[in-house]
Amino acid sequence: MAKLAKERAMSVARLSCAAKFFAWPTVKIVGAGLLVCLGPAGGAIAAGTGNIIISNEKSSTLTVLGANDTVVKTIETCARPRGMHFSADRTQFYVGCADDDQIAIYDMESLELVGRILDVEEPETFDLHPDGRRLVISNEEDATATVFDVVEREFLAEFETGEEPEGVQITPDGKLAFVASEAANLVHVIDLEKGEVIKDILVDTRPRRFALTPDGRELWVTAELAGIVNIIDLKTLKLIADIAFLPTGFRKEQVTPVDVLITRDGQRAYVALGRANHVAVVDVPKRKVIDYILVGKRSWGLALTADEKKLYVANGLSDDVTILDTASLKPIKSVPVGMVPYGILIDDH
Amino acid sequence: MIIEGAVLRRLLPAGLGILFFAVLAQPDRALAAGEAKPFAFLYVSLAGDADYAQSKGYTGLVLRDRKPPIDGAASAIRESRIIGRSAGVKFTLEHVELATAEDAADQVASHIAKTAAKAVLLDLPLAPFRAVAGRFSDSNNVIFFNIRHRDDVLRQSECAASLFHVLPSNRMLTDALAQYLKSRGWKRVLVLAREAEDDQNLADRFTASANKFGLTIADRRAFVPGNDPRERDKNNVTLLTGGARYDVIFLADGEGEFGRYVPYATFRPRLVVGTDGLVASAWHWTWERYGAPQLNQRFDRRASRHMSAEDWAGWVAVRSVVEAVTRSASTDIATIGKTLTAADFAVDLYKGVPGGFRPWNHQLRQPILLHTYNAVIARAPIEGFLHKDNILDSLGIDQDESACRLDRKTP
Repeated sequence: MAKLAKERAMSVARLSCAAKFFAWPTVKIVGAGLLVCLGPAGGAIAAGTGNIIISNEKSSTLTVLGANDTVVKTIETCARPRGMHFSADRTQFYVGCADDDQIAIYDMESLELVGRILDVEEPETFDLHPDGRRLVISNEEDATATVFDVVEREFLAEFETGEEPEGVQITPDGKLAFVASEAANLVHVIDLEKGEVIKDILVDTRPRRFALTPDGRELWVTAELAGIVNIIDLKTLKLIADIAFLPTGFRKEQVTPVDVLITRDGQRAYVALGRANHVAVVDVPKRKVIDYILVGKRSWGLALTADEKKLYVANGLSDDVTILDTASLKPIKSVPVGMVPYGILIDDH
Repeated sequence: MIIEGAVLRRLLPAGLGILFFAVLAQPDRALAAGEAKPFAFLYVSLAGDADYAQSKGYTGLVLRDRKPPIDGAASAIRESRIIGRSAGVKFTLEHVELATAEDAADQVASHIAKTAAKAVLLDLPLAPFRAVAGRFSDSNNVIFFNIRHRDDVLRQSECAASLFHVLPSNRMLTDALAQYLKSRGWKRVLVLAREAEDDQNLADRFTASANKFGLTIADRRAFVPGNDPRERDKNNVTLLTGGARYDVIFLADGEGEFGRYVPYATFRPRLVVGTDGLVASAWHWTWERYGAPQLNQRFDRRASRHMSAEDWAGWVAVRSVVEAVTRSASTDIATIGKTLTAADFAVDLYKGVPGGFRPWNHQLRQPILLHTYNAVIARAPIEGFLHKDNILDSLGIDQDESACRLDRKTP
């Protein structure tokens, strides 16, 4: 997810790529992939469990993939799990359950449920503030974005949004939160210090998810029904460009982009094209599509491994996850998961 | 940030943890004066409208219980609060109920003057509907929406520049069914139609659709509800469905009292489509793709019932205008009319493909749902059917065949 890319960018200090690299034996180095971080092999930092968690919206389960991307566990969870996020120290993860109005907290190591944040109206997605405490959540049926303290598990604040708020993105400095309203075609800009919505940016039809460029200049937002990505300039909070997608053999109306993420070096973006059953690979500085990769049906959720060599794609209507090699831009394999997979977390650093 | 009862209840226990102050949002997109421009919708219905009378079977069974779709329009108004905040426009909905169908046009005119309404949703029976649409056909400061009638003639010889149709026409619905039958290979169709004018018209529409998509009408038979043994060839389902070779039955019975006894009572084991069995509609409450569950739940929470096709029509009429106001940054009706029929206009229909209005007859382009009583089986246009300009125009009377060419009129 976009959030992961950003989170990783924020936690470079904690991250030792080389250590990660060698600590995870399943990584295949294919071609001359971009080695983004060549830190010293400190080895002191925990490398994560290597587990990959997938939320399955319709079967209300979490699928856990282990080494070799095989299913090692399926966890019954609360009803209609969708958005997920790591805790600040990555020892826990949060799962938003829309039909149970709660956010479940799991321990990363044991995969046990360790807590719940209750009375969260239909959570869809969320982002964690850099302070590690404030979770900004989109409440789909309530037309609000709410803020909860994940430590005290308490409600803090509520902001009115358009109908069907979806993607949430907090800036790395923690000052602004962006919330996309699918039905209102608006991106709400919340000033978290002032505690108010400072702007509603009109974008194209059905805005869904966000990605920030690592230089902090651009906010990318997918417009699902328009079949494009809108690019917002973060200084002026105005639309500055669009990127349109159209894989060969598809009609415009089948192109319904949802998840988007940008690599740490800010060179490449991946966009899940929904009903067009492809992931678009975009040259970020040139704002040009480089390639389209065939995946499963209705691809929505995306996640990159820490070394950015593998991309995981959740295919909502074929109940599987496609794993792509980002150097060759070819699928490696597909893994059947639960019904209607939605989000992906990769615990590899 | 809003502070309402529910929020306060949550804030108080968390009092010490409050990190934010409640300040009313003042987005900079709002009008310079800070005062939101008003934009009023008027919803017009008729007192004692027979269409909303409960239709009872002789045992007291209520088989039809239609509710006026004002809840759909009200839902859309509620959804538009934040969009209005952003655009600097306050959208409101006024409901007037005409006491009588006589002089409906005069009554509507006086209500428009009273409420300063710019958009009118007409929920009237056909005769007063025609009177109102006729009176205001050249209106350029009020826009009218047909949220009730499927008759093709309203979109053809009786079309008007000021009138927009959000419900699909009968021909769009029968085209959707014909595409589906063709795609399944059910090519020979037995048509059963009640002798009433409406049902005969519907059967005619289906026949045209069958010709368009290459189906064969195996036979067309008229039925008469009843038990008269002298007319048993017209009221006995087994006899009505025997003696012909067909793959599927198209049933035209708007009243439904006869039609509900047709499935499972046919001479041959064949499926029924049309007004029973597999039905084509603008909307169905079990539709679960493209965000539909969210819309259905929002509506259900508000109206405590399932969203009907008419409710959806009321909803989409308001949403279309709101979208046009937002995109054109104008509340001027001439501008809104132009925006609605522009090639790039897109309103989210929750049916996977954005909608727009056909410039030649002001009909909303939209996918059609083919559903049983409890499941959506398919969405038309069916995969494989193509069109030179817009795939949605494979449904309904196309531009070249249209008797209505509003796009040719000079402004």
